Amino acid sequence: MTLAVILICAAFLLALAPFALVTRPVQVASRLIYGASLAVSVASLAASLAHLLAAAPAETIALPLGIPWLGAHFRLDALSGFFLIVVDLGAIGASLFALGHGLHETAPERVLPFYPAFLTGMTCVVLADDAFTFLLSWEFMSLTSWALVMAHHRVPENVRAGFIYLVMASFGTLCLLLGFGLLAGSDGHYTFAQMRAAHPSAAVGAMAMLLVLFGAGSKAGIVPLHVWLPLAHPAAPSHVSALMSGVMTKVAVYGFIRIVFELAGGPAWWWSIVVLTLAGVTTVMGVLYALMQHDLKRLLAYHTVENIGIVFIGLGLALAFKAYDMSFAAALAFTAALLHVLNHSLFKSLLFFGSGAVLAATGERDMEHLGGLIHRMPQTAFVFLVGCVAISALPPLNGFVSEWLTFQAILLSPQLPSWGLKLLVPAVGALLALSAALAAACFVKAYGVTFLGRPRTQAAKAAVEADSFSLAAMMLLAALCLVAGILPGLFIDAIAPASSALIGARMPAQSGLQWLSIIPIAASRSSYDGLLLFLFMIISGTLAASAIHRFASDRLRRAPAWDCGYPDPNPATQYSAMSFAQPIRRVFGSVVFQAREVAGMPPPGDTRPAWLKVELRDLIWDYLYAPLAATVGSAAERLNRLQFLTIRQFLTLVFGALVILLMVLAVWS
Amino acid sequence: MVLIRDLTIQGVQMLLVVLLAPLFTGFVRKVKARLLRRQGPPVIQPYRDLIRLTRKDVVLAESASWLFRVVPYLVFAATWVAASLVPTFRTGLLFSWSADLIAIIALLGGARFFLALAGLDVGASFGGIGSSREMMIASLAEPAMIMIVFTLALIAGSTQLSSIAAFMSSSGVGLRVSLALALVALVMVAIAENGRIPIDNPATHLELTMVHEAMVLEYSGRHLALIELAASLKLILYASVIACLFAPWGIESSGASKPALFIGVAAYVGKLAIAGFLLALFETAVAKMRVFRVPEFLGAALMLGLLATLLLFVSRGL
Repeated sequence: MTLAVILICAAFLLALAPFALVTRPVQVASRLIYGASLAVSVASLAASLAHLLAAAPAETIALPLGIPWLGAHFRLDALSGFFLIVVDLGAIGASLFALGHGLHETAPERVLPFYPAFLTGMTCVVLADDAFTFLLSWEFMSLTSWALVMAHHRVPENVRAGFIYLVMASFGTLCLLLGFGLLAGSDGHYTFAQMRAAHPSAAVGAMAMLLVLFGAGSKAGIVPLHVWLPLAHPAAPSHVSALMSGVMTKVAVYGFIRIVFELAGGPAWWWSIVVLTLAGVTTVMGVLYALMQHDLKRLLAYHTVENIGIVFIGLGLALAFKAYDMSFAAALAFTAALLHVLNHSLFKSLLFFGSGAVLAATGERDMEHLGGLIHRMPQTAFVFLVGCVAISALPPLNGFVSEWLTFQAILLSPQLPSWGLKLLVPAVGALLALSAALAAACFVKAYGVTFLGRPRTQAAKAAVEADSFSLAAMMLLAALCLVAGILPGLFIDAIAPASSALIGARMPAQSGLQWLSIIPIAASRSSYDGLLLFLFMIISGTLAASAIHRFASDRLRRAPAWDCGYPDPNPATQYSAMSFAQPIRRVFGSVVFQAREVAGMPPPGDTRPAWLKVELRDLIWDYLYAPLAATVGSAAERLNRLQFLTIRQFLTLVFGALVILLMVLAVWS
Repeated sequence: MVLIRDLTIQGVQMLLVVLLAPLFTGFVRKVKARLLRRQGPPVIQPYRDLIRLTRKDVVLAESASWLFRVVPYLVFAATWVAASLVPTFRTGLLFSWSADLIAIIALLGGARFFLALAGLDVGASFGGIGSSREMMIASLAEPAMIMIVFTLALIAGSTQLSSIAAFMSSSGVGLRVSLALALVALVMVAIAENGRIPIDNPATHLELTMVHEAMVLEYSGRHLALIELAASLKLILYASVIACLFAPWGIESSGASKPALFIGVAAYVGKLAIAGFLLALFETAVAKMRVFRVPEFLGAALMLGLLATLLLFVSRGL
């Protein structure tokens, strides 16, 4: 019943798309599409919440769609219910934001039809219960989001972003297709129920796991498959960027969990080594890339890479524990990963909305042209600050809770018998701690340069506050970040059914504990109470403020900044994004990016200004993708000759290919 | 009754740290001055400074926003909450379970986050230089600290500071290489986090070497008083953490006899005096580093912490 409601919601969203083309004027179409998407997402969220909270059994529906003898199977269980909530929360936020923000869109006819279809695609991936439906929805999701990335197709860098996205998405789908092919076996069991029952052999399971790691990982943004993400996510309109970064990457995580934890059979111990290594590298590389950016949206997109790394650290640990039947520790790591999925979808959407509001107000994404927006856009500045604190994993907000749980899971891992894991896990823990600290630095930079200081350009000086729909969406997400931070027990308990289904164990129930604290293992071992910390901070801050204002001076006067006696009225003398990152660039960038600073000082008497140039190299692009692209290019060049053969030569070629294939078949069998 | 007693003890702890903090700072300064053969200001000078500052007007830069005025209170609140959760004279504080050591570090990280934002708020170049360097130092000090926490947590089987302290004062610890490495790393991190020599000089206003002082350059009056108090609190917090982890003698655990409490307080004050003396001695003995030597210093701390953790991971399987 619930599943039917959600599927009808998805179908309704799909049916909305044509209306975007026929409704005129576009303002009305925009209101119609986003308003209807909002309403449908609320209905879908209510249905999936009801399913999850009632701990209802899994529901399945087979529709006579798609391949005739196969049909389309859908299933709603605890895992898909949880991810549906992530999708719907993101969709609600984005639709509400777009009700106001969408009016700034310069090419609405290129955004409106694809937006609800994109939502349908993501919903269907999460609900799919056979390989065909899954891949179809996956491709649908990729293509609609590609169309949204290409909304402003006259900008050359968007065209490049769209092309790279398309190539990487095809690569990902190819990997998934092969993975499903392996799992389906020679008999072609395409439904997930049959795959679950089939118990693939260890080699097949391992191959499928690697293929899915590449397939889902390329969509989620695992290093080194992340190259498309920081190009494509910022290119789309801001509410779509939020959906792509906050939600679509999570749908990819869902695909990984569904296949690797459920369909690919019991994990071998070395699976987790592969996953943890990639995840640790992803986490630190993501945040280091982000620190080097001065485009606000690109910085946020690189941060998605980092957070996906954190999620995969949790999943890798869960795989390691699961392989050694330490189901309780596996449940802890798995819960930490899923909680981070939800948390990241909340604060990343919030931050992308904030960057969208800034873009609408100033027309700028480049932080070096912004500054001082806290005076002109106080409410946006406040909610963006909440997002920054949350993503930097600072208590009492939600980002801290999931990282804390991941740390707790890492502390359980000395019990793992494998030596490889014993050496790897502490290193991954150090990488996680490093990335948390670097993330804080990165968001001090992002917030400080964009919102604080003095405006660097006329556009920043003339910014106006965002409209009330956008503000409402951002405040909703900020409130959810706070709620998830101070009442994490509720969310952990909501994840428990999914954890029981996939891991075979769950974290202890948290909702009945005193003061709503969370105790992952035992009270003597570790506990955390965001609510109490929040109250303590409010109480002690208020105490300090009231005591000081009561007993001491409360006078205040305004004067020019002190700045050691030499304040410079030119806003260019402030610290910029590039100069803020300079110490970190010098510490980490000289290795990771081979960063070089070249300074040019004209000779005395020359009136040209001195200059400083920073050169960064993206080693992954230079050493992996550039040679690959060059190889493909030169191979295509050579094969081009095939187009100019005579008809006889063509026939010979076809005949030869046929003979070779038959021979291969003969040898094979 | 028990609840009231526990609440009182928690309250005493909160007041104790905030009252002792300036004294501790003053003591370190005095010892340092004496070691340099100077008379030095009296030990209670920090209190006088704080009172003087709170009476003065706040002079706010024209470009400062509301965030600049809120940050001192936020920083003070976060540091105070963190400091009141560290066992000083008694373990098993009433609210100690609300945050473990990781959360305490994160609270301090939060305070630093906001202070760094405040450094950027006015839009003057000194605030920026301070913020940017502070975050660079933190990006190495924080992971080092987490590695130290890992070491302690693996030895004691808990991340709760109270449980770790109780375990460390029991006889089951023994001598461990990991603990020695962790102690060295913790001292290095504490020096860096509090901006002491050789990382930063709390007494200098020489532009190119300062970090923390540059960040708070635009603050004045009561705001500056709060930030100074928070800095003192942070110093005493790290001293207390080191004391309760590596010198847990005299900390009263759960029985509430009054003499035991007095011994606990006396032992705490004694440990602070020793810590302050050692800090002053160390600071007079070494020279300040260049900023870009700091990563090497903290990288060493991080590696020591990682090595300590790794040793524990490996030895657990034997």
